[in-house]
Amino acid sequence: MINLPIYLDNNATTPMDPRVLEAMLPFFIENFGNAASRNHAFGWKAEEAVDYAREQMAALINADSKEIIITSGATESNNLALKGVFEMYAEKGNHFITVETEHKAILDTCKHLEKLGAEVTYLQAAEDGLITVEQVAAAIKPNTVLVTVMYANNEIGVIQPIKEIASLCKSKGILFHTDATQAVGKIKVDVIGDGIDMMSFSGHKMYGPKGVGVLYVRRKNPRVKVTAQMDGGGHERGMRSGTLNVPSIVGLGKACELCRLEMDADTARISKMRDRLETELLTIEESYINGNTEHRLPHVSNMSFKYVEGEGLIMGVKNIAVSSGSACTSASLEPSYVLKALGLDDELAHSSLRFGLSRFTTDEEIDYAINHVKEAVNKLREMSPLWEMFKEGIDLKTIQWAEH
Amino acid sequence: MAYSDKVIDHYSNPRNIGTLDKSSKQVGTGLVGAPECGDVMRLQIEVDEVTGIIKDAKFKTFGCGSAIASSSLATEWLKGKSVDDALKIDNMDIVEELALPPVKIHCSVLAEDAIKSAINDYRVKNGLSPIEDNKKHY
Repeated sequence: MINLPIYLDNNATTPMDPRVLEAMLPFFIENFGNAASRNHAFGWKAEEAVDYAREQMAALINADSKEIIITSGATESNNLALKGVFEMYAEKGNHFITVETEHKAILDTCKHLEKLGAEVTYLQAAEDGLITVEQVAAAIKPNTVLVTVMYANNEIGVIQPIKEIASLCKSKGILFHTDATQAVGKIKVDVIGDGIDMMSFSGHKMYGPKGVGVLYVRRKNPRVKVTAQMDGGGHERGMRSGTLNVPSIVGLGKACELCRLEMDADTARISKMRDRLETELLTIEESYINGNTEHRLPHVSNMSFKYVEGEGLIMGVKNIAVSSGSACTSASLEPSYVLKALGLDDELAHSSLRFGLSRFTTDEEIDYAINHVKEAVNKLREMSPLWEMFKEGIDLKTIQWAEH
Repeated sequence: MAYSDKVIDHYSNPRNIGTLDKSSKQVGTGLVGAPECGDVMRLQIEVDEVTGIIKDAKFKTFGCGSAIASSSLATEWLKGKSVDDALKIDNMDIVEELALPPVKIHCSVLAEDAIKSAINDYRVKNGLSPIEDNKKHY
């Protein structure tokens, strides 16, 4: 017996692990203290719990617990990193380098900074979604202060050559930030080994609570500082004020610990299911995997089913919760900018589905999803004029479409 | 977004999917929309030579649920109508019948365009001039 609908949208958010909730519960009512209260046991207890959680977070990414700046999530972490560097290092330069397939939390922050006088280079990803260290090298200028490249992409899961880019930045004396929201907890991320100066991640993508995240800020070689974007009591080494959200911090700590201990086993199991899903769905005629499959997260698959439209497809696969590269549902009628950036035809960009598996996904659910998607694609193709034309050997590019 | 029951019904049980012989003089074919917009509708009518009544209508649509439902509904409405009456089908009738939300009104516009385009194809094939469409859609 499986429960419908099946949740396969784990790149949007993951369910919380029950063990995380268990760790959090004592910190709502029993141990409710303010971690900044230095004068009594209530405060000490909260502080102790936060310190422990920070150790758990640091251990997952091979950082020092003092380098963990707690925020409300990856969007805030990205904002703090970029805006904080822009202000703190204004004398050094104002040029940023990023990639056009980044998350909006990076792209829109860059747009904001451009209005304030920053200069931003947006690197173009290749068809497989990756950029090269040579592209970064070619974009560096004397006034470059920061390179920010996401660890793994949220739509297609491709993993960028972080270590190489970080090492290049180090050799040029430029700071390197990465939005690792999709990567932390899923694959091994090592801030020392990778040479990362700043890194954003979020609790709710790794079985932790929503509304809590981290900006890792390196303290040695080099010592990085960002100007606070939230002023107040000087929490988080002065970089992010605000009373600490103790239960969520405890939860994120526990989520990090579970990921550290169980990552290898989870990855082995999840990637096997993902590969089976993909192999089966690739037996559908004119189906494609989007993005590089060699450098990719183990739990993500983004596939296009040509000649069916994404939103119609989403409706057809109503028993599985997935997301579509076609943003028709948001009324913009624009296909995903990430898929477009990879040079995908509109038909392919419009007809894509993103599957995101989790540690709670089962083999039975994958079996169901495979059949469900196959049925929906076949049904929609039966009613697709484009599929009929394709079958008759008509090249759709030769048709004069009446655009509307 | 939540779809209306009628949209879900037409999407799940589309009426009149199929293809008519587009080379036939009695068949008018309308192909509207574009793949890059995420909607393509092909709507066909077959007109009775003697009575001038639309005796069959078929569609195929690439698009969202509302686009599929709009074209499915259009074929239902077309069957049994005279060509002149078919021209009177207004996109807002489709919007009302299917309870389409504002962001999906374009699906109904496309269905109306497909009807007109099919009728014009039929007219031209039969030596009549195409009807000018001066309607403004909102």
